[in-house]
Amino acid sequence: MNEMNITSAQYVEEDGVNTSIKATIDGKGLSVPIDAGNRHYDEIMRQVEAGTLTIQEAE
Amino acid sequence: MSNARELAQIPSTPSGRRNLIINGAMTVAQRGTSISITNTTGYTLDRFKIGRGSNYNFDVDVSQSSDAPTDFANSLKIDVQATATPSASDNATLEYFIEGQDLTHLNYGSSSGKYVVLSFWVKSNKTGTYGCQFKLDSNSRNFTNSYTISSSNTWEKKTITINPDTAGAAFADNNLVGARIIWHLSTGPDDILSGNRDWTADALFRSVTGQVNLLDSTSNEFYLTGVQLEVGTVATEFEHRSFGEELALCQRYYTKFDFPQTTPFFLSHKQTGNTVRSTVTTPVPMRTTPTINASGQPYIRYNWDSGSNLIIDDGTSLTVIGSSLDANRFTVSNSDVTSVGNNVGAVLAYAGDLECDSEL
Repeated sequence: MNEMNITSAQYVEEDGVNTSIKATIDGKGLSVPIDAGNRHYDEIMRQVEAGTLTIQEAE
Repeated sequence: MSNARELAQIPSTPSGRRNLIINGAMTVAQRGTSISITNTTGYTLDRFKIGRGSNYNFDVDVSQSSDAPTDFANSLKIDVQATATPSASDNATLEYFIEGQDLTHLNYGSSSGKYVVLSFWVKSNKTGTYGCQFKLDSNSRNFTNSYTISSSNTWEKKTITINPDTAGAAFADNNLVGARIIWHLSTGPDDILSGNRDWTADALFRSVTGQVNLLDSTSNEFYLTGVQLEVGTVATEFEHRSFGEELALCQRYYTKFDFPQTTPFFLSHKQTGNTVRSTVTTPVPMRTTPTINASGQPYIRYNWDSGSNLIIDDGTSLTVIGSSLDANRFTVSNSDVTSVGNNVGAVLAYAGDLECDSEL
């Protein structure tokens, strides 16, 4: 069961380092910190581990 | 006042900070006083969230209402916008999450575990049996109990005593989910239990036989206020806190900046190239580095060299950076600021909000 509907996720980088994830969650465009404990980050990683979501590389 | 009456008003447990629930009187509504939830989950009045199971599609409006019982000014109102019938493991819920570190004193997982009692005021035109669940997400434990709304459109106070979970595990002393309280509104048959159930190893949504389907009519409404969770077996009078105190407690989990038009807001500096970083200081330390949402079509103005040079940016490239600098400061970055000077001094905005979300 996915408690959040995540339709896109892409890393954002600065100076070659991923600094956050830009994601569309439940229809909202959000900037999600790479920080375990943040519920959006935790759910993104849970769906990645479940194989239902892929985080796109930074542009 | 007689001695007997004075004694009757003394709570059975020590007074002050009895209530483990934040915004139980539904006074704080930072996200707005009316929120539409359609086929998704979402926070509504501060700390209270509409949840769902198995991608159940339903449509409700949640608002802050002035319809409230004596001693209260507000309630949370759920107004059904479309009918829905739950199947299998479908669930529509109202939920409240509590951090583990705020529950360690309950001594769960030991013989010295404590009873807690949940009390709340509820009102609905839809009478009947409802399930209320205590779900420990970290160790997959469930306690499920029912309550009954007896009279249509009448405020009723409900009390549920929760046994200590002596066979489970202690709450983790951290800022992650320790427990959630779930008010079931509509439950599929696969998640219905035949009656109340004491603590059991179970990670699922659970309600009880006879669970009302609140979503069976667009005329249905459900009101809740006066939510209190406290140590003991007797529900005491609701612990009212000042609005300012309640707001500060809510801001640990969510805060919203309404950008002013002309006042410098966040200190900023040029990072590199077209990138400007700004430090956001929140009113209170947040639970984690927040997710940010620059909503309402923000237009951000960067100002440097004594205001002689301005850049207008649409804010669509605003991102949060890594972990918090410290408990109440974090960094946002904007990689889309062209022609930026080296001495950016402040960020201003003409319209829009910056939402910071550290909810559980």
